[in-house]
Amino acid sequence: MQAFKRVEGIVAPLDRANVDTDAIIPKQYLKSIKRTGFGPNLFDEWRYLDHGEPGMDHSKRPLNPDFVLNQPRYQGATILLARENFGCGSSREHAVWALVDYGFRVVIAPSFADIFYNNAFKNGLLALVLPEAVVDRLFAETEAREGYTLAVDLEAKTVTTPDGDVIPFEIDDFRRHRLLHGLDDIALTLQHADEIRAYEERRRREAPWLFEPPAV
Amino acid sequence: MAKTLYDKLFDSHVVRENGDGTYLLYIDRHLVHEVTSPQAFEWLRLAGRKPWRREAILAVPDHNVPTRDRDKPIADPVSRLQVETLDENCRTFGITEFRMNDPRQGIVHVVGPEQGLTLPGTTVVCGDSHTSTHGAFGALAFGIGTSDVEHVLATQCLVTPKSKAMRIWVNGRVGPGVTAKDIVLAIIGRIGTAGGTGYAIEFAGEAIRDLSVEGRMTVCNMAIEAGARAGFIAVDDKTIAYFEGRPLAPKGRLWEQAVAAWSTLYSDPGARFDREVELDAAEIEPMVTWGTSPEMVVPVSGRVPDPDAEPDPVRAAGMRAALRYMGLTPGTAIEDIHLDKVFIGSCTNSRIEDLRAAAEVVRGRKVAPNIKLAMVVPGSGLVKRQAEAEGLDRVFVEAGFEWRAPGCSMCLAMNADRLAPGERCASTSNRNFEGRQGQGGRTHLVSPAMAAAAAVAGHFVDVRRFQ
Ligand code: SF4
Repeated sequence: MQAFKRVEGIVAPLDRANVDTDAIIPKQYLKSIKRTGFGPNLFDEWRYLDHGEPGMDHSKRPLNPDFVLNQPRYQGATILLARENFGCGSSREHAVWALVDYGFRVVIAPSFADIFYNNAFKNGLLALVLPEAVVDRLFAETEAREGYTLAVDLEAKTVTTPDGDVIPFEIDDFRRHRLLHGLDDIALTLQHADEIRAYEERRRREAPWLFEPPAV
Repeated sequence: MAKTLYDKLFDSHVVRENGDGTYLLYIDRHLVHEVTSPQAFEWLRLAGRKPWRREAILAVPDHNVPTRDRDKPIADPVSRLQVETLDENCRTFGITEFRMNDPRQGIVHVVGPEQGLTLPGTTVVCGDSHTSTHGAFGALAFGIGTSDVEHVLATQCLVTPKSKAMRIWVNGRVGPGVTAKDIVLAIIGRIGTAGGTGYAIEFAGEAIRDLSVEGRMTVCNMAIEAGARAGFIAVDDKTIAYFEGRPLAPKGRLWEQAVAAWSTLYSDPGARFDREVELDAAEIEPMVTWGTSPEMVVPVSGRVPDPDAEPDPVRAAGMRAALRYMGLTPGTAIEDIHLDKVFIGSCTNSRIEDLRAAAEVVRGRKVAPNIKLAMVVPGSGLVKRQAEAEGLDRVFVEAGFEWRAPGCSMCLAMNADRLAPGERCASTSNRNFEGRQGQGGRTHLVSPAMAAAAAVAGHFVDVRRFQ
């Protein structure tokens, strides 16, 4: 996993609450058995005017000029500003892959759906929770000023505005630690393989039916 | 100390405390389907790892499978590749799979309990948000992303913090014609789609106890629609009776031992919850969603709400966008909404009781002429077989419904079953998001009986008038 220390970049404001993972990456693209290449189909139904299907040349499709990511001033954005309950709905990690593949490194919102939040950190995407009033203010500033950027520092746990305002944020220590170092969760867990086996032994005595099912 | 059911389920699966607020949690049962697993298997292979405990895994293709012409190969080459990739991965890693034409194939959340793979007191995961369904049996069940699918394959464990505990009481009894689906839609309408975020929800109260285990599955299925990864219900005699004789349930002496353990799966009196919510069952009516989020829901006797009356500007904007997408005007009576299609199926409502309830309404009646397609998609091959043995298929077909083969089907339209742009559907599924049932399609979530009544009337109608 890509480590995350500090990112400074253009902010794109997506002013909708309850953005669900079906909207982030529509289901026809979930048929892919790869984990890359989802970027062109991020927010597909909002971003393009026609109906998209896998296998199309997406660079030739008509863009919806009203959709925020299509506006010239937000090209190259690496920080997505969003509203409450971002990433609700399906557990599809493809939603995170699509955001990352598009180029986003940070999503800022007042709240995230649990599974999305968890998936984000597994893929080096920082899902950053800020209070609603702060998010409101960032929306206003982003929209008011072309080329608006933020600097997100995970080590210092701060977001810095172009005016030099420093906004602190909270994050679980374990998520921060794993992200800062780009750690592989499975390798970490397998360091405790003996404890997992000991648990299984104990559990087998207490609840043997969980370990001796009749054959399927 | 008095423990909640959540404490009991969680604590009994802790392998170790990591000291940073997370736990290594042991997973008893892992369900796998074709959409969220290919990348996990690929990474496993690339890292030279293998499944920790193959016997804990059951795989079944459900999202992409067609609901007819199952004797032929899948026509869509991309869907076919995904299903074949699952077959191939299960063969390589020695994992049990019910293949597309196995009579036991079906939607993963219908198949798990049906086989007795899901059991009370277990931890159950699947790369699918509706894994919360299995909580109906006093299990801790929740959806995970593909990275975690790989993690569970490789270690049989997950790294997770403990959630907060919420209890939702549905007190008293529901009136006739009011089902589990209406109860859960009313709950979501009350607490909102983010109301359960960060919580594990226990559903309790007389109206929940009164539900059959299948009805409880419907309620827990939609816990995720209230934002909670897990929803569950205490074990009682109905739960235990459900598992007797299931193929993978314990037998003989082990059964006795299991039942004794399962009987302790409830929240102790005096256990502390971080939040408690109460609903009065008698006030719940048959419910219909009008918008593009399950919290946008009103009773069938109600009207489409007016965003101008909503004080919160973000909410009002969301309502306006939803009304535009749904092609609805504020103030329209729900019963005046006419439909194009009706879908009875999905892991929320495709079990035998759901099909019986729908068949009861359509028996001897005909689907209205304005309905272009009304379809019933049983949750599994075994549900389908049971329904056919009871003659329900004939009731549906004679009324003008199509009777299909099991799978997710038009719940998310990854196969050929979908809405065309602008088409309006009464659906027994769980999500009314934009484009969920096909790009531009308009979904209204209802119970099976309400969907059946809408098919006959051609528009929404209070099913209580049909009974
Ligand atoms: S029926 Fe629908 S909600 Fe259930 S698993 Fe299938 S796609 Fe998901």
